Parts: sequence; C-alpha cells; structure tokens
Amino acid sequence: MPLHPVAEAGVTVVDWIDERTSLSGAGRWMMFRKVPKGTNWFYTLGSATMFAFLSQAVTGVFLAMYYRPDATGGAYESVRHLTNEVFLGAFVRGMHLWGASVMVVLVFLHMGRTFLWGAYKYPRELNWIIGVVLLILTMVMALTGYLLPFDQRAYWATVVASNITGTGPIVGPYLADFLRGGSEFGATTLSRFYAIHMLVVPGLIAALMGAHLYLVAKLGTTAPPWKKVHKDVKLDTIEA
Amino acid sequence: MNQRQKEEYLREYSILKSEGKPFFPYAVAKDAAMACVVMICIITLSLVLGVEQGSKVNPTTTTYVPRPDWYFFFLFELLRVIKPPSLVGLATVGIPTLGMILLFTLPFFDRGPERRPERRPIATATFVFVAIAMALLTYDGATVGTPTALNINLPTSVAQQGTAAVAKFELGREAVAQNGCEDCHDIAGNGNSGPGPELTYIGSRLPANAIGRTLANPTAPMPSFKNLPANKFDAIEYFLSQLK
Repeated sequence: MPLHPVAEAGVTVVDWIDERTSLSGAGRWMMFRKVPKGTNWFYTLGSATMFAFLSQAVTGVFLAMYYRPDATGGAYESVRHLTNEVFLGAFVRGMHLWGASVMVVLVFLHMGRTFLWGAYKYPRELNWIIGVVLLILTMVMALTGYLLPFDQRAYWATVVASNITGTGPIVGPYLADFLRGGSEFGATTLSRFYAIHMLVVPGLIAALMGAHLYLVAKLGTTAPPWKKVHKDVKLDTIEA
Repeated sequence: MNQRQKEEYLREYSILKSEGKPFFPYAVAKDAAMACVVMICIITLSLVLGVEQGSKVNPTTTTYVPRPDWYFFFLFELLRVIKPPSLVGLATVGIPTLGMILLFTLPFFDRGPERRPERRPIATATFVFVAIAMALLTYDGATVGTPTALNINLPTSVAQQGTAAVAKFELGREAVAQNGCEDCHDIAGNGNSGPGPELTYIGSRLPANAIGRTLANPTAPMPSFKNLPANKFDAIEYFLSQLK
C-alpha cells in the first residue's frame, strides 16, 4: 500500500539526509542500545540534570533578550524592567533562578549515586572525570550568574568571591584579576561575568555533556552493583 | 583491578546488558517522566517563591553583609567554623581545592573491583560523613544571622527594663556588628582579641557617658563614630554599657 504523500515526503527527506550523513546508524546505536536489567529511577538523575540545563539555556535566552550588562545602572534597570513590566518576565526569571538550584541539587544527587554504587570504576574512570568538570562548571555558572541582577546582594557576594579567588595559590591572583578585569572590581567586571556566564561556560558544559553522553552510550549504563550473573549463562550464547 | 578482574567485569557486564531492555522506549520513558517532574518543580518554585530585586549597588557602603546563594553556604560556613586567622586560607581555598583534587583522582586511588556500597566501608563512610557535614553546614549557613552578628545573650537587667530597652539593645547589637567593632575588639568570644581591649565587661568598667566620649573621640587607630545617626550612636553606647 502506498504511503500518504506527507509521510512519503518525510521518508524522502530523511533518506536524503541519511544518504549524505549516515546519521541513522548513530541514532540506532544511541537509542536501541540495551540497558542492563535492574536499572531504576536513580538512573534518571543524569538525564534530569541535562534537562535542567536545557531549561536554563532556554530561559536564559529569553532573559538575555532584555538584559543589558551595563554596570553604571543599565543592568539594574533592565532587570527591574524585566521583572516588573515585561509579560511573564518575573516568571521566566524565577524559573532561571530556581532552575539553578534544581540543577545544583540534581548534579550532586547524580554524583552521589555514581559514587555510592562504584560506577566510577573501570572502565568508566574518564567519564567520572568529565563529570567532576561538569560539576565545577555548574558551580561556576551559579557563581557568575549571581552577579548579573547587580543589586547589593549580588555585588557584595561577588566582591567577596573574587577576593577569595585572589588568595588562591599560584594562579589565584591572576585569575581574580582576569575575572575582575583589573585589580579592582569595576565597570568591566560585569560584562566579563556576563560573557563567561552566557557564552564560555554554557558552551563548555554542552560540549562536555555530549562527551559524557557518548561515553555512557559507548560503555553502557552500569548495572546496579547487587546484580549478579547466573552462573549457567554462557557468553558465547549471547548476541553482541 | 588487575587484568583478570577487568575481563571478568566486562564479561559479567555484557551478560547483564544483553539481558536488559532497549534504551528506547524503556529508559527514555522513565527519563521523560523525570524531566516532567523537574519541570514541575522549577515552575512551582518560580510561582511560589518568585524573584526579588534588592536595592541598587552602592560600592561605598561599609555596612552591607554579603551572603552567597544557598548552595554555597557549606563553603561559606567553613569560614565561620574555622576562626583562627592563620587558618582562613585553609577554609577559603585549601579545603575546596583538596576536595576537587580528591574528586578528580578518585578513580585512580580507588581501584578495587568491589562495587557494592556495603562492601566498601571506607567509601560509604566517607560518603555519609561528607553528606552529613554538607547538610549541617548548609543548615547552619541558612539559620545564622549575618556572619558578623554578635552572639550574646540578652542580659536579664535589660530584659527587666521592658521592650523599649530590649529594642535599643538589639539595635545596638546590630549597629556594633555593622560598624566592624569586632575587627579589633573581643566581645564575649565574638571577634578578634586585639588590637583594641576586650569589651565583654566594658559596662562594669566605664559608665555610659564615658563610653560615648570614647566612641566620639577615640585614641588612634580606632576611628571616630560621632558621624553615625544619633539613634545608632546611642544604641551602641547603651549596648556596650549593658555588657557587665
């Protein structure tokens, strides 16, 4: 039976792209890989973290449409305008603010599960290291985002944070100077934090999440540590 | 793990994996359900707790007490728990750096084949200890007042004088903390012991008007507080005169 013309067109487009990219194999490899028996709700914490990141990215784009990183008053005024006058502005800003808390909680829960169940052991050591980098980057996002509303709370917390950075060994003073854009907290500091918060770190997080996911698919999701193989199963009877 | 243990793990894992179900749709369905829960949480938090905007930045203020967002409270509390000035570097940089190094190198020093938490007592005990410590520090950070607040019991003599006296005492307590008296004076275990004299019992050594004269015309290096608003100045004078 011939397909409906719309479905036919869809198949044609997919075939056209696949003929040039061979992406369907990668898609099947990603989606139809097997997940060991006994995986449970604790295994959703990683994807939940990624989802929280996506929510932050989408709400962040909308906030960036209104925000002005102007330390001489524009930043504060643009946040006030967004919060008080823009349609759903306070709601989207609230989602971004509380989404940060949710993401931090999820990232710690995901790490706790991985640690407790020994999932960082062979052959997944590299994926653990990528995960630690992602944890640190998440905290950097939280720290740099805290300054952007540019009220008293934001300003003074960031002054303290950059001063603490300055006391670090060897690279500390240079890192603090780089973050502040000089030895004192000044007009360039806000735009630096803004660039780091919305360009540098999200890019890194997205790239490393891709690597993290690739390794999960390649090495397979861990089985819960209590799962044991029945002794009578022979390896050569198993399909690859 | 040695080579034999590695191969044994891979063999067992490939069997467990082959007995499992495909990622799509089984795991994807769970992930999607969890994503909905996350979305509902974020929307609820935004609707219930909302956002607020503080007052405009004023870089010249000296009384604002900074606080981080709640997920940094555990680091922030380390600063309060570790008091000696010589150890402050340990709290601000040392412990977080050490924590990060331990996290990065974990798969290299913990290489045993065992994965069950009940058979990895050191790892599990560390997990429980760190989780409890972080929870307690976060709770502490959330419940303390400003980090420079003075932790002193209300003297019974003040309590007996009625609510106006208590209010003045509390205003004084806040003003003393805001004006950095503790940077140089020890007040009942709060603040640094020097270069200024201890103020824990200052009320029994000096009458209120003498305290006021010292606040207005101090000996260097103490700064003068005569330009404070009159009510705050009086409150500080009253507060200190009640420390007996």
